[in-house]
Amino acid sequence: MTTPDRPRISLLGTSALLFEAPGAFDLPHQRRIWSLAATASAWPGIREAIPGITNLMLTFETPPRELKTLITALNDGWDEAEGIAIGGREIKLPVTYGGEIGSSLKSVADHCGLSVDDVVSIHAAPLYTVFALGSHPGYCYLGGMDPRITMPRRQTPLQRSAGGSVSIGGSQTGVSASPGPSGWHAIGHTDWTFFDPSWPTPAALVPGDIIRFEIERVIR
Amino acid sequence: MIEILSVTGPASVQDLGRFDQYRFGVGTSGAMDDVALRAGNILLGNDENAAGIEIPMLPFKLSFGRDRAFALTGAGVEAEIAGRSIPPWWRSYARAGDVLTIKAMSHGARCYLTVGGGIDVPIVLGSRSTQFRGEFGGLHGRPLQPGDILPCAASTATIGELGIEPADLTLARANASTDETIVRVVIAGEYDGFDGPTQALFWRSSWKITPQSNRYGYRLQGPAVKPRVPIEKRSHGIVPGVIQIPPNGQPIIQMRDAQTSGGYPKIATVIRADLWRVGQARLGGKLRFEQTAYTDALAAEAEMSAYLDRLRTNVRLVEEIRACR
Repeated sequence: MTTPDRPRISLLGTSALLFEAPGAFDLPHQRRIWSLAATASAWPGIREAIPGITNLMLTFETPPRELKTLITALNDGWDEAEGIAIGGREIKLPVTYGGEIGSSLKSVADHCGLSVDDVVSIHAAPLYTVFALGSHPGYCYLGGMDPRITMPRRQTPLQRSAGGSVSIGGSQTGVSASPGPSGWHAIGHTDWTFFDPSWPTPAALVPGDIIRFEIERVIR
Repeated sequence: MIEILSVTGPASVQDLGRFDQYRFGVGTSGAMDDVALRAGNILLGNDENAAGIEIPMLPFKLSFGRDRAFALTGAGVEAEIAGRSIPPWWRSYARAGDVLTIKAMSHGARCYLTVGGGIDVPIVLGSRSTQFRGEFGGLHGRPLQPGDILPCAASTATIGELGIEPADLTLARANASTDETIVRVVIAGEYDGFDGPTQALFWRSSWKITPQSNRYGYRLQGPAVKPRVPIEKRSHGIVPGVIQIPPNGQPIIQMRDAQTSGGYPKIATVIRADLWRVGQARLGGKLRFEQTAYTDALAAEAEMSAYLDRLRTNVRLVEEIRACR
């Protein structure tokens, strides 16, 4: 067992390793994760260092014979990591809340003991930071959601959820870049393009970018 | 080039996968049975990462536009080229205009057609594999349809027929049975969040592979395996093989088209040396997990590599002997 204030490091079979930072889901911790990712991606045998939400996955070019060296390097790297402040762009995303795609808007409101309008205004109020990309091509995990609209992920994931869905999963929010399975609750949608494999960098957004949701319409 | 004449299920162009695009949210894709794809490519003298066609349902029919060597590996299938029967794990030769018909699958879940030179669709983000979710790679990022024309790269493959030892025989596990697939797993981050009896239940159970299993994931059915207290993780990277436990207690093994991140608790991860066995496990079949240590998992990978090395050596020797004649 690890003590709560130390990072947790666990194996993902023989392909990868997961580093989970201690502490809050906030920007200062995430900035240290970005810094650790930049450092770790240069280590021998590491294929990619992929930031998650206050965590980091390292995929192996070749699985290390022994893990101790890598674990020590990660722990030391975390202690030394100075948060990098990425000067991100600010992007406005027009969102239609509710409707067929955002059909969970009402259930999120009921779960949180709020009105539909409250959920919309609470969701659209903050400036969100892109913490990490993941899930599917071009998808962004956003930091900065108000905890009042937290809702646990689904008991059983949906086989198909629409592209452009603006969803809540636990204390996180994000926008899907294409249709696919999801364990989150969709409260709205946007028509923006997040990913194109022919672009020099295939994803439109990078960690550190800032998103503002603009309420285009609310379908109650 | 080859032309697809008829398709039953979601057949697709796959190579070994797209392994370095996780930071853009792009998963690996790639052959569900990578051992079979490699073996087919070895038979043909191709680069092991050359793209082939993954065929999950039969019948499947195509025609060859030019003379070309090809191989069928993976599932046990009944097939005919120009009306002549050919076995699986076998290299054959098609004349221009010949029709290949793959009729039935006796065991396994996916058959791989590899061709001399490989299927030459464009490389997108480092791979020819079909990325269904992103709708790119493979042929227009989608499953194959009748009438599709697939280009093939130039080939040096020779004409002679040649068979190799199927992976499921050579790499057979001592305790395996015909109706149950046993796969080795390394425990994952949230294993300790399950109490002793629940952990024992996970190991003991023979899990049913539900019809909702596909290239995204294998959804299993059995007794509910639930952690002591509900676990909601912050989203983090995951890889094919990770076994998640959603709140309903029914495990999901993440496969090649899985999302690159998730937040459900992870009880274990299928080791790379056994992930192909999951890819060949049939819907409705049974699956059991066997705990293994990280070092033993590496040893299992070495065993898999040794099998492929042996194939490579044998194929080369046969070619040399033929060349001497």
